[in-house]
Amino acid sequence: MKLDPEARYAQSHEWARKDGAEIVCGVTDHAQDELSDVVYVELPEVGDAFDKGDAFGVVESVKAASDVYLPMGGEVTGVNEALEDTPELVNQDPYGAGWLVRFTPSDPDEFNALMSVDEYEAFVAAEEG
Amino acid sequence: MTEPLIFEISRPGRCAAILPALDVPRAELPEGLVREELPLPEVGELDLVRHYTRLSQLNHAVDIGFYPLGSCTMKYNPKINEDLCRLPGFANLHPYQAEETAQGALQLIYVLQELLKEIGGFAGVSLQPAAGAHGELTGVLIMRAYQCHRGESQRDVILVPDSAHGTNPATTSMSGLSVIEIPSDERGNVNMSALTAACQTYSNRLVGMMLTNPNTLGLFDENLEAITALVHRHGGLMYGDGANMNALLGVARPGDLGFDVLHYNLHKTFSTPHGGGGPGSGPVGVAEHLVDFLPGPVVDVDYDQSDEYPYFTLVYPSKSIGRVKAFYGHFGVMVRAYTYIRILGAAGLRRVAEYSVLNANYLKSKVEGTYHVPHDRICMHEFVCEGHFADAPDVHALDISKRLIDYGFHPPTNYFPLIVPEALMIEPTETESKEALDQFAEVLLRIAEEARTAPEVLHEAPHNAPTRRLDEVKAARELILRWK
Repeated sequence: MKLDPEARYAQSHEWARKDGAEIVCGVTDHAQDELSDVVYVELPEVGDAFDKGDAFGVVESVKAASDVYLPMGGEVTGVNEALEDTPELVNQDPYGAGWLVRFTPSDPDEFNALMSVDEYEAFVAAEEG
Repeated sequence: MTEPLIFEISRPGRCAAILPALDVPRAELPEGLVREELPLPEVGELDLVRHYTRLSQLNHAVDIGFYPLGSCTMKYNPKINEDLCRLPGFANLHPYQAEETAQGALQLIYVLQELLKEIGGFAGVSLQPAAGAHGELTGVLIMRAYQCHRGESQRDVILVPDSAHGTNPATTSMSGLSVIEIPSDERGNVNMSALTAACQTYSNRLVGMMLTNPNTLGLFDENLEAITALVHRHGGLMYGDGANMNALLGVARPGDLGFDVLHYNLHKTFSTPHGGGGPGSGPVGVAEHLVDFLPGPVVDVDYDQSDEYPYFTLVYPSKSIGRVKAFYGHFGVMVRAYTYIRILGAAGLRRVAEYSVLNANYLKSKVEGTYHVPHDRICMHEFVCEGHFADAPDVHALDISKRLIDYGFHPPTNYFPLIVPEALMIEPTETESKEALDQFAEVLLRIAEEARTAPEVLHEAPHNAPTRRLDEVKAARELILRWK
């Protein structure tokens, strides 16, 4: 399982990473692996606002369609439009070219409440049983 | 696959029909409405018949072989159903025909409503909905209308377990309501502490809960009474997804178990063709307090017009949510389901449930030593096992399913329910013999052996089907719905 040491993680398997005053967010390598080949990604509009834990989009694979949840509250400032034609980027590069949205957090402190990379690794190991 | 498309065998000027001479004045279509080009295939009758006969032979059907597609109840559909729905008095009815000239059809609808009321333990039934998910939508709209009628229009939340069919949250969303997902516990039941917490949080917002019982793991929820009592205590209604009604026929009635609404799948439980073979039908049954909200028209007896025979008439319940379907629902499906119920009778329906449960448990007992069954309980009409093996990590449920095709079986449902990894959901139904079940079990065990000794055989399967492994990812990403 690939991890991004810079990012922090939600129990619903999204990652969040600081980029200046904004947060970039996507699904983790573990999540894309469980989903298998992603065939469609539904993303919000720029300007949409969400509370922490709200569903902001859908990632659909050949196996399942899963809601994705914003790890912190905030207002969307950008979406990864490349995913419209190349959803496989989520599989190929979940922490890089496969990012989903960027947003301005409503409460920047929520970042620290997310799991660290070590905590997330232990969380996944425990979930796998 | 060698069979060309019908467009590819088209030759200009060929035709499969000879139209009779025009015996009415020819009408000219207005300029601008006439199209110059109509690219329909041009083939002779024999080309046409051979083409579609060959295609039908490439297909798998329950009339050809075992079809254990979990949650779909692919039981055998008796051929007498087809004979009766083709009776000219049924088949040639016109939907605008006067009521007094269609009394036989109305009587059949009325009696089927009564039969379904008795089978489900409900006070009223509408046969309008066109299929299962449509029945769900109808049911949830009834629940919402009931809540609004009693002055509780702020109620906008539906609870849905994480084992639910995807149509349950989709229905909720279509109805403009919010879904709150309730996790399952380790025995496969609804997690009671999570349900209690959700009921408290959303108490005055609760429209109700959608619950499939037996659930999609093939398990009867052990806390069902507590669940329905809890939801009712918070002012919510219980919606029953009747997809798995086959396990309950003649044994338990959802109405008696505390459900306020339930949709039946005539096409699953009551033996009418589905899965590409015909339209569905998703009647909705409701408890006394919801009868007035049913969609119309429903059939009732008009005692003022009855003499020695009852006179049947179409009526709208007083607070009806309105029409949900043109005309009277899928009448041909109703005739088939009616035939099935009348032929089996009460005792026969109970045996359907008993044998569907027995067959599933028999099959489960034959394979569970090899395929891990995460919830080790007596199952109902189906069971879910995991399609992967610790010592063959590269083999997935999909590979097992594709390999089953080589052995002449339809694969089970894959990757559902979502809460079981590499899920294979197997529903044999009551119509299979012990020999058929033994054969399927033996093949499943042989495939497990192949997974260890020759995994490439599974990865490349199917080998004997009309097409080899299809590229599902490409099909989903680059969906092309037109030939040209």
